[in-house]
Amino acid sequence: MGTTQLLFWFLSILAILGAILVVTSKNPVHSVLWLIVVFVAISGHYILLDAQFLAIVNLIVYAGAIMVLFLFVFMLMNLNADTEPQKNRWLKIAGVVTGGALLLVLVAALKKADLKAQMAEMGKGDIGLIHNLGLVLFKDYVVPFEISSVLFLSAMVGVVVIGKKAEEDKTTLGSQKYGG
Amino acid sequence: MNQIPLSHILFVSTALFFIGMYGLFTRRNMITMLMAVELILNSVNINFIAFNKYLYPEKLEGVFFSLFIIAIAAAEAAVAIAIIINLYRNLHSIDVEAADEMKF
Repeated sequence: MGTTQLLFWFLSILAILGAILVVTSKNPVHSVLWLIVVFVAISGHYILLDAQFLAIVNLIVYAGAIMVLFLFVFMLMNLNADTEPQKNRWLKIAGVVTGGALLLVLVAALKKADLKAQMAEMGKGDIGLIHNLGLVLFKDYVVPFEISSVLFLSAMVGVVVIGKKAEEDKTTLGSQKYGG
Repeated sequence: MNQIPLSHILFVSTALFFIGMYGLFTRRNMITMLMAVELILNSVNINFIAFNKYLYPEKLEGVFFSLFIIAIAAAEAAVAIAIIINLYRNLHSIDVEAADEMKF
Protein backbone atom coordinates (compact mmCIF):
# COMPACT_ATOMS: atom_id res chain seq x y z
CA MET A 1 0.00 0.00 0.00
CA GLY A 2 1.58 3.21 -1.16
CA THR A 3 0.77 6.65 0.14
CA THR A 4 -1.58 7.33 -2.76
CA GLN A 5 -3.61 4.23 -2.06
CA LEU A 6 -3.84 4.99 1.65
CA LEU A 7 -4.96 8.52 0.79
CA PHE A 8 -7.49 7.20 -1.70
CA TRP A 9 -9.07 4.83 0.82
CA PHE A 10 -9.11 7.47 3.53
CA LEU A 11 -10.78 10.03 1.27
CA SER A 12 -13.29 7.51 -0.07
CA ILE A 13 -14.35 6.37 3.39
CA LEU A 14 -14.56 9.99 4.54
CA ALA A 15 -16.71 10.93 1.54
CA ILE A 16 -19.13 8.02 1.87
CA LEU A 17 -19.42 8.31 5.66
CA GLY A 18 -20.00 12.04 5.36
CA ALA A 19 -22.62 11.52 2.66
CA ILE A 20 -24.49 9.00 4.80
CA LEU A 21 -24.47 11.43 7.72
CA VAL A 22 -25.73 14.22 5.41
CA VAL A 23 -28.86 12.30 4.51
CA THR A 24 -29.47 10.77 7.94
CA SER A 25 -28.78 13.52 10.48
CA LYS A 26 -31.87 15.09 12.01
CA ASN A 27 -30.47 18.57 12.43
CA PRO A 28 -30.21 20.35 9.06
CA VAL A 29 -27.22 22.42 10.24
CA HIS A 30 -25.31 19.19 10.93
CA SER A 31 -26.25 18.07 7.42
CA VAL A 32 -24.64 21.17 5.94
CA LEU A 33 -21.48 20.72 8.00
CA TRP A 34 -21.16 17.07 6.92
CA LEU A 35 -21.71 18.12 3.33
CA ILE A 36 -18.69 20.42 3.67
CA VAL A 37 -16.66 17.38 4.85
CA VAL A 38 -17.84 15.47 1.74
CA PHE A 39 -16.77 18.34 -0.52
CA VAL A 40 -13.33 18.50 1.08
CA ALA A 41 -12.92 14.75 0.53
CA ILE A 42 -14.02 15.10 -3.10
CA SER A 43 -11.50 17.91 -3.57
CA GLY A 44 -8.83 15.53 -2.29
CA HIS A 45 -9.93 13.04 -4.94
CA TYR A 46 -9.58 15.74 -7.58
CA ILE A 47 -6.02 16.46 -6.48
CA LEU A 48 -5.22 12.73 -6.70
CA LEU A 49 -6.70 12.72 -10.20
CA ASP A 50 -4.51 15.64 -11.37
CA ALA A 51 -7.24 18.27 -11.45
CA GLN A 52 -5.64 20.67 -8.99
CA PHE A 53 -7.39 23.82 -10.20
CA LEU A 54 -10.77 22.09 -10.10
CA ALA A 55 -10.10 20.98 -6.53
CA ILE A 56 -9.58 24.58 -5.43
CA VAL A 57 -12.61 25.78 -7.41
CA ASN A 58 -14.68 23.04 -5.78
CA LEU A 59 -13.54 24.14 -2.33
CA ILE A 60 -14.17 27.84 -2.98
CA VAL A 61 -17.48 27.56 -4.83
CA TYR A 62 -19.10 24.61 -3.06
CA ALA A 63 -17.65 24.46 0.43
CA GLY A 64 -17.22 28.23 0.56
CA ALA A 65 -20.05 29.94 -1.26
CA ILE A 66 -22.96 27.53 -1.70
CA MET A 67 -22.74 26.00 1.77
CA VAL A 68 -22.58 29.45 3.40
CA LEU A 69 -25.72 30.31 1.42
CA PHE A 70 -27.41 27.20 2.79
CA LEU A 71 -26.34 28.01 6.34
CA PHE A 72 -27.68 31.55 5.97
CA VAL A 73 -31.03 30.24 4.80
CA PHE A 74 -31.21 27.86 7.78
CA MET A 75 -30.41 30.78 10.04
CA LEU A 76 -33.02 33.05 8.42
CA MET A 77 -35.74 30.41 8.67
CA ASN A 78 -34.65 29.43 12.18
CA LEU A 79 -34.58 25.73 11.38
CA ASN A 80 -33.38 23.08 13.78
CA ALA A 81 -34.00 19.44 14.62
CA ASP A 82 -37.39 20.21 16.17
CA THR A 83 -38.84 21.80 13.05
CA GLU A 84 -37.42 19.14 10.76
CA PRO A 85 -40.24 17.29 9.00
CA GLN A 86 -39.86 13.52 9.16
CA LYS A 87 -41.09 10.92 6.75
CA ASN A 88 -42.60 7.73 8.07
CA ARG A 89 -40.60 4.55 8.47
CA TRP A 90 -42.08 2.72 5.47
CA LEU A 91 -41.06 5.45 3.07
CA LYS A 92 -37.52 5.30 4.46
CA ILE A 93 -37.39 1.54 3.94
CA ALA A 94 -38.73 2.05 0.42
CA GLY A 95 -35.97 4.62 -0.19
CA VAL A 96 -33.31 2.21 1.02
CA VAL A 97 -34.68 -0.61 -1.15
CA THR A 98 -34.97 1.55 -4.27
CA GLY A 99 -31.56 3.18 -3.93
CA GLY A 100 -29.94 -0.09 -2.90
CA ALA A 101 -31.42 -2.04 -5.82
CA LEU A 102 -30.20 0.53 -8.34
CA LEU A 103 -26.80 0.61 -6.66
CA LEU A 104 -26.61 -3.18 -6.84
CA VAL A 105 -27.41 -3.20 -10.56
CA LEU A 106 -24.84 -0.52 -11.31
CA VAL A 107 -22.12 -2.15 -9.20
CA ALA A 108 -22.79 -5.50 -10.87
CA ALA A 109 -22.51 -3.88 -14.29
CA LEU A 110 -19.28 -2.16 -13.22
CA LYS A 111 -17.78 -5.44 -12.03
CA LYS A 112 -18.54 -7.03 -15.41
CA ALA A 113 -17.08 -4.09 -17.31
CA ASP A 114 -13.54 -4.48 -18.56
CA LEU A 115 -11.98 -1.71 -16.55
CA LYS A 116 -9.38 -3.66 -14.61
CA ALA A 117 -6.68 -2.87 -17.14
CA GLN A 118 -7.17 0.86 -16.79
CA MET A 119 -4.44 2.10 -14.49
CA ALA A 120 -2.87 5.52 -14.26
CA GLU A 121 -0.23 7.22 -12.19
CA MET A 122 -1.95 9.31 -9.56
CA GLY A 123 -0.85 12.79 -8.61
CA LYS A 124 1.95 12.94 -11.14
CA GLY A 125 0.75 15.26 -13.91
CA ASP A 126 0.51 19.02 -14.15
CA ILE A 127 -2.17 19.08 -16.86
CA GLY A 128 -4.75 20.37 -14.38
CA LEU A 129 -2.74 23.42 -13.38
CA ILE A 130 -4.10 26.84 -14.21
CA HIS A 131 -1.57 27.57 -16.98
CA ASN A 132 -2.67 24.68 -19.19
CA LEU A 133 -6.30 25.11 -18.23
CA GLY A 134 -6.38 28.80 -19.07
CA LEU A 135 -4.83 28.27 -22.49
CA VAL A 136 -7.53 25.78 -23.46
CA LEU A 137 -10.35 27.68 -21.75
CA PHE A 138 -9.77 30.88 -23.68
CA LYS A 139 -9.16 29.16 -27.01
CA ASP A 140 -11.42 26.13 -27.39
CA TYR A 141 -13.97 26.84 -24.69
CA VAL A 142 -14.40 30.58 -25.03
CA VAL A 143 -18.00 30.36 -26.32
CA PRO A 144 -19.30 28.17 -23.45
CA PHE A 145 -17.39 30.43 -21.07
CA GLU A 146 -19.19 33.52 -22.36
CA ILE A 147 -22.53 31.72 -22.42
CA SER A 148 -22.07 30.75 -18.78
CA SER A 149 -21.62 34.44 -17.95
CA VAL A 150 -25.00 35.15 -19.58
CA LEU A 151 -26.44 32.24 -17.58
CA PHE A 152 -25.16 33.78 -14.36
CA LEU A 153 -26.65 37.15 -15.25
CA SER A 154 -30.03 35.58 -15.97
CA ALA A 155 -29.83 33.52 -12.77
CA MET A 156 -29.06 36.67 -10.79
CA VAL A 157 -32.00 38.55 -12.30
CA GLY A 158 -34.23 35.52 -11.72
CA VAL A 159 -33.21 35.27 -8.07
CA VAL A 160 -33.97 38.94 -7.49
CA VAL A 161 -37.36 38.69 -9.21
CA ILE A 162 -38.38 35.49 -7.40
CA GLY A 163 -37.02 36.43 -4.01
CA LYS A 164 -38.36 39.98 -3.98
CA LYS A 165 -41.11 40.57 -1.47
CA ALA A 166 -44.43 41.57 -2.99
CA GLU A 167 -45.18 44.89 -1.30
CA GLU A 168 -48.94 45.05 -1.65
CA ASP A 169 -51.68 43.06 -3.27
CA LYS A 170 -52.17 45.79 -5.84
CA THR A 171 -48.59 45.67 -7.05
CA THR A 172 -48.63 41.88 -7.10
CA LEU A 173 -51.70 41.91 -9.31
CA GLY A 174 -50.19 44.56 -11.54
CA SER A 175 -46.97 42.65 -11.98
CA GLN A 176 -48.92 39.48 -12.71
CA LYS A 177 -50.88 41.27 -15.39
CA TYR A 178 -47.71 42.35 -17.12
CA GLY A 179 -46.13 38.94 -16.84
CA GLY A 180 -43.53 40.01 -14.28
CA MET B 1 2.68 1.30 -6.38
CA ASN B 2 0.97 4.58 -7.03
CA GLN B 3 -1.86 3.10 -9.01
CA ILE B 4 -5.55 2.76 -8.29
CA PRO B 5 -7.87 0.91 -10.66
CA LEU B 6 -10.52 3.04 -12.35
CA SER B 7 -13.30 0.82 -11.04
CA HIS B 8 -12.53 1.80 -7.42
CA ILE B 9 -13.17 5.47 -8.20
CA LEU B 10 -16.34 4.56 -10.07
CA PHE B 11 -17.54 2.56 -7.04
CA VAL B 12 -17.05 5.59 -4.80
CA SER B 13 -18.94 7.88 -7.15
CA THR B 14 -21.75 5.34 -7.57
CA ALA B 15 -22.10 5.05 -3.81
CA LEU B 16 -22.26 8.84 -3.47
CA PHE B 17 -24.85 9.03 -6.25
CA PHE B 18 -27.18 6.56 -4.57
CA ILE B 19 -26.73 8.04 -1.11
CA GLY B 20 -27.81 11.32 -2.69
CA MET B 21 -30.76 9.60 -4.31
CA TYR B 22 -31.80 8.06 -0.99
CA GLY B 23 -31.65 11.53 0.53
CA LEU B 24 -33.82 12.90 -2.25
CA PHE B 25 -36.40 10.16 -1.64
CA THR B 26 -36.57 10.29 2.12
CA ARG B 27 -36.10 13.90 3.19
CA ARG B 28 -39.01 16.32 3.25
CA ASN B 29 -37.02 19.43 4.10
CA MET B 30 -36.67 21.20 0.75
CA ILE B 31 -33.15 22.51 1.46
CA THR B 32 -31.91 19.09 2.49
CA MET B 33 -33.32 17.72 -0.77
CA LEU B 34 -31.33 20.39 -2.58
CA MET B 35 -28.24 19.22 -0.70
CA ALA B 36 -28.89 15.67 -1.90
CA VAL B 37 -28.99 17.01 -5.45
CA GLU B 38 -25.61 18.67 -4.89
CA LEU B 39 -24.26 15.30 -3.72
CA ILE B 40 -25.48 13.67 -6.95
CA LEU B 41 -23.89 16.42 -9.07
CA ASN B 42 -20.57 15.94 -7.30
CA SER B 43 -20.58 12.19 -7.86
CA VAL B 44 -21.01 12.88 -11.59
CA ASN B 45 -18.10 15.33 -11.44
CA ILE B 46 -15.85 12.62 -9.98
CA ASN B 47 -16.79 10.36 -12.89
CA PHE B 48 -15.89 13.02 -15.44
CA ILE B 49 -12.51 13.70 -13.84
CA ALA B 50 -11.70 10.00 -13.47
CA PHE B 51 -12.52 9.16 -17.08
CA ASN B 52 -10.55 12.18 -18.24
CA LYS B 53 -7.53 11.08 -16.21
CA TYR B 54 -7.62 7.40 -17.12
CA LEU B 55 -8.65 7.51 -20.78
CA TYR B 56 -7.30 10.83 -22.10
CA PRO B 57 -4.62 12.00 -19.66
CA GLU B 58 -3.26 14.63 -22.04
CA LYS B 59 -6.63 16.30 -22.65
CA LEU B 60 -8.83 18.51 -20.51
CA GLU B 61 -12.38 17.85 -21.73
CA GLY B 62 -13.57 16.22 -18.50
CA VAL B 63 -12.11 18.99 -16.37
CA PHE B 64 -13.99 21.62 -18.36
CA PHE B 65 -17.20 19.65 -18.18
CA SER B 66 -16.86 19.53 -14.39
CA LEU B 67 -16.00 23.21 -14.28
CA PHE B 68 -19.18 24.11 -16.16
CA ILE B 69 -21.21 21.72 -14.00
CA ILE B 70 -19.93 23.53 -10.90
CA ALA B 71 -20.83 26.90 -12.45
CA ILE B 72 -24.33 25.76 -13.38
CA ALA B 73 -24.81 24.13 -9.96
CA ALA B 74 -24.01 27.47 -8.30
CA ALA B 75 -26.65 29.24 -10.40
CA GLU B 76 -29.13 26.43 -9.78
CA ALA B 77 -28.61 26.54 -6.02
CA ALA B 78 -29.19 30.30 -5.96
CA VAL B 79 -32.43 30.08 -7.96
CA ALA B 80 -33.66 27.08 -5.95
CA ILE B 81 -33.02 28.87 -2.65
CA ALA B 82 -34.91 31.92 -3.93
CA ILE B 83 -37.86 29.68 -4.82
CA ILE B 84 -37.68 27.99 -1.39
CA ILE B 85 -37.63 31.35 0.40
CA ASN B 86 -40.66 32.44 -1.62
CA LEU B 87 -42.50 29.21 -0.73
CA TYR B 88 -41.54 29.65 2.93
CA ARG B 89 -42.97 33.15 2.87
CA ASN B 90 -46.28 31.88 1.52
CA LEU B 91 -46.61 28.57 3.38
CA HIS B 92 -44.57 29.22 6.57
CA SER B 93 -43.03 25.78 6.18
CA ILE B 94 -40.27 24.18 4.13
CA ASP B 95 -41.91 20.79 4.19
CA VAL B 96 -42.14 19.78 0.55
CA GLU B 97 -45.57 18.27 1.13
CA ALA B 98 -46.94 21.60 2.34
CA ALA B 99 -46.76 22.89 -1.23
CA ASP B 100 -49.79 20.96 -2.44
CA GLU B 101 -51.91 23.77 -3.82
CA MET B 102 -51.66 22.50 -7.37
CA LYS B 103 -52.05 18.86 -6.34
CA PHE B 104 -54.77 17.05 -8.26
